[in-house]
Amino acid sequence: MPVDPSLVGREFPAPAPLTVTAERVGDFAAAVAHPGEDVPPTFPIVLAFDAMQAFLDAEAIDLHRIVHGEQRFAYARPIAVGDELSATLTVTGLRQIGGADIIATSSEITDASGAVVCTGKATLVHGGAA
Amino acid sequence: MNPGDVLAQRVFTITRADLVAYAHASGDHNPIHQDEEVALSVGLPGVIAHGMYTLALVGTAVAEWTGSAEVVDLGAKFTSPVVVPADGGAEVVVGGTVKSVADGLVTLALEVTCDGKKVLGMPRAVVREATVSA
Repeated sequence: MPVDPSLVGREFPAPAPLTVTAERVGDFAAAVAHPGEDVPPTFPIVLAFDAMQAFLDAEAIDLHRIVHGEQRFAYARPIAVGDELSATLTVTGLRQIGGADIIATSSEITDASGAVVCTGKATLVHGGAA
Repeated sequence: MNPGDVLAQRVFTITRADLVAYAHASGDHNPIHQDEEVALSVGLPGVIAHGMYTLALVGTAVAEWTGSAEVVDLGAKFTSPVVVPADGGAEVVVGGTVKSVADGLVTLALEVTCDGKKVLGMPRAVVREATVSA
């Protein structure tokens, strides 16, 4: 079923903020073989994923029918242990190629003061031949 | 770091167990990264690595190359899936060169392959020059 075209411009916040703890960062760093004590640069995907899941839940889209097509992060500052991060996803574009929906999104990740820490732009490919 | 510098190629072996660990750490439990049947049912050639896992490995290579410099930009298109077999693993090779150094920023040109085939399109990493300690 195609995705509703009126979605463009709608916002989907992650359900809850995420406190960046040493444990979470350590688990993530271990999983991706990241050296050193700093927060791995792709760590904010944890928040961006929560916001994406909120979007998928709201639109009743099955996660297993989504393939990640593109991801780009722009960082305003490094993320550090102790940060409390929130994310809001905005649907920025929607087109169809070969029966698949190509969903463009932008997720703004902010700290407890409301300052933008990182912006993640993602393309999600939904459906297709299967 | 100077433009044209070739960075030491980094080879990562990705196993199904790595994908399970990454799913737990990232919260991305999409079954196409763990369950062969689900992956095949949606038209994929088999269990595939999270695109974000491959991009995270690029982040790891960048951290190693630059001495954990501050990353200001990181991204790629996931143009070809990394299929991870149940036995053994998939080998992902991350290569890089210094493309430019300008305005306090170092831009790296990257090539990320699996079985000799590019798996990331237009991969890009930019780090802050003053924080490079490699």
